[in-house]
Amino acid sequence: MYEHNGEKYFVVDGHMHYWNAAPDNWVPGAEQYAKGWIECFHAYMGLGPPETHWSLEKFQKYSEDDLMKDVFEDGHVDKAIFQPTYLNEWYKEGFNTTERNATMGEKHPGRFVYNTRWDPRDGDEGLKVLQANVERYGSTGCKLYTAEWNNGSRGWKLTDPGAYRYLERCQELGIKNIHVHKGPTIWPLDKDAFDVSDVDHAATDFPELNFIVEHVGLPRIEDFCFMATQEPNVYAGLAVVIGGLMHARPRFFAKVMGELLFWVGEDKMLFGSDYAIWEPKWQVEGFVNWEMPNDEEFSDYPRLGTAGKKKILGLNAAKLYGIDVPAEFQLEPQLVAGA
Amino acid sequence: MTEVVPAARLGPPGRADGSRGSGGSPPRSCAVSDVLAALATVRDPELDEPITSLGFVTSAAVSADGDAQVRLRLPTYFCAPNFAFLMVADAYDAVSALKGLRRTRVVLEDHFAGEAINNGVAARAGFATTFDGEAAGELAGLRADFLRKAVLAGTDLVCRPLVQAGATPDQLTAMALGDPPPSRELGRLRQRRAELGLPADDRSPLVIDPVTGAGVTAESLPLHMRMARTTRISVQANTGICRGMLRHRYASAGIGEEESA
Repeated sequence: MYEHNGEKYFVVDGHMHYWNAAPDNWVPGAEQYAKGWIECFHAYMGLGPPETHWSLEKFQKYSEDDLMKDVFEDGHVDKAIFQPTYLNEWYKEGFNTTERNATMGEKHPGRFVYNTRWDPRDGDEGLKVLQANVERYGSTGCKLYTAEWNNGSRGWKLTDPGAYRYLERCQELGIKNIHVHKGPTIWPLDKDAFDVSDVDHAATDFPELNFIVEHVGLPRIEDFCFMATQEPNVYAGLAVVIGGLMHARPRFFAKVMGELLFWVGEDKMLFGSDYAIWEPKWQVEGFVNWEMPNDEEFSDYPRLGTAGKKKILGLNAAKLYGIDVPAEFQLEPQLVAGA
Repeated sequence: MTEVVPAARLGPPGRADGSRGSGGSPPRSCAVSDVLAALATVRDPELDEPITSLGFVTSAAVSADGDAQVRLRLPTYFCAPNFAFLMVADAYDAVSALKGLRRTRVVLEDHFAGEAINNGVAARAGFATTFDGEAAGELAGLRADFLRKAVLAGTDLVCRPLVQAGATPDQLTAMALGDPPPSRELGRLRQRRAELGLPADDRSPLVIDPVTGAGVTAESLPLHMRMARTTRISVQANTGICRGMLRHRYASAGIGEEESA
């Protein structure tokens, strides 16, 4: 919960992690990738305010207490959605698995939503694991990482026949929200790995599912925008947009926000801190304080008011995940009408 | 800054990411400044900026025997290998085309696929051979996709001042490439169109579809311009993130690095 100028904001962190990327978790023979990966993440932290930077050592493996303090005590977050990333080829116990997240989260009832994941290359066995995770953790969302390595394969697409089997099973199991990582990534080597056209097709073929494109397709925001504007069930996940640009490149942040507000709209944008890459505190406070600049360059972008900020920071995600929001945080009726 | 892109960079012959070399010249003097000037013609295909001004050139040297050694770096260990390959190959082509060099070696450092890329470019193996089994084709299509984005982004840069000065959709669609006042942005737009084989002469339409090259109608102009701007913002925001990551990764500036506008 964040209160500012008499306004109360219910905050859902739609994208955060609890990882172990310390050397004790590196797969022998793949150390350079495990090391390179976490160092790359650590460099992203460098785009936030200097006083929020951590040492690489802490960043590789932070504690449960760190997380609880940074996200909930200091970070204003009411509910946090774990987005697992496995990377089992590089990290022995995975980078941050559904199990690891839930083991920690179960000590703090009511604070977390446990999303799970799947990979169509896991075949029938993976379908069983998916079902077990849904039964055990009550997952209603999945994080998909289409660029993950798997037994010599360097990636997959949502439109692969195997992926459609999983999407069908998601619908049967009551999963509603599919978070797709479309951001900085590596594979497939000879193609544009950021291509979002597979999300476009899947969103059309699975209208009951919501597709949240994480990192808004950065570095291809334009492709994402042109697609999202045509698909009613495609949403923008703002992890990296706020963390990576709001402090480091404020004018570009305003322009990217302007583009997203124009093409996607404030009803379909979701805050995510990407913790531990960035702490939520400065992001939430900075976002509530943020205003579209008044220069000519920004004149034809939509403005974002208090109601829009409340939606993006928490109400939109609460709606997608069926999270109860106390009345004091709800929009007043005239704001709901779209003021 | 003026950018000159050698014709060889887009044509089939003599490319390090293709198959045939441009052949060596007998040793003669070639200055480091020539090497740097050659590197300044190489662009990051994704960001559409020279690798020199982006800070991607760590060092460049020429030995007394005429051996050029160039070291390149990127913002992260995991920067996309396809774009990385294009930059290393383009740098090799641009430098090895200089007269007076005996040998050219381009080394990408601190990158997860650096060894494969460096060896592949040195052997002029092409991308698909370098990453046998992991890549189905060469990168011409990828390069063209991003040149089209550069054309769209450039269209916004050239047309925005015209719109602000009051040009209507009808007027804009009637304008030719030779009509706006000369500017760096206009020169760049013309060059990118030429690289794609799109109309680039003074009398061709100013606003075109970057795939077909056909003029855009007044009716579809507003949407076209909106998309052009989104494309420009996307490229610029991406450049901002890449520059920030590079600065975090390396304490010292690259050779020829310039802060973005």
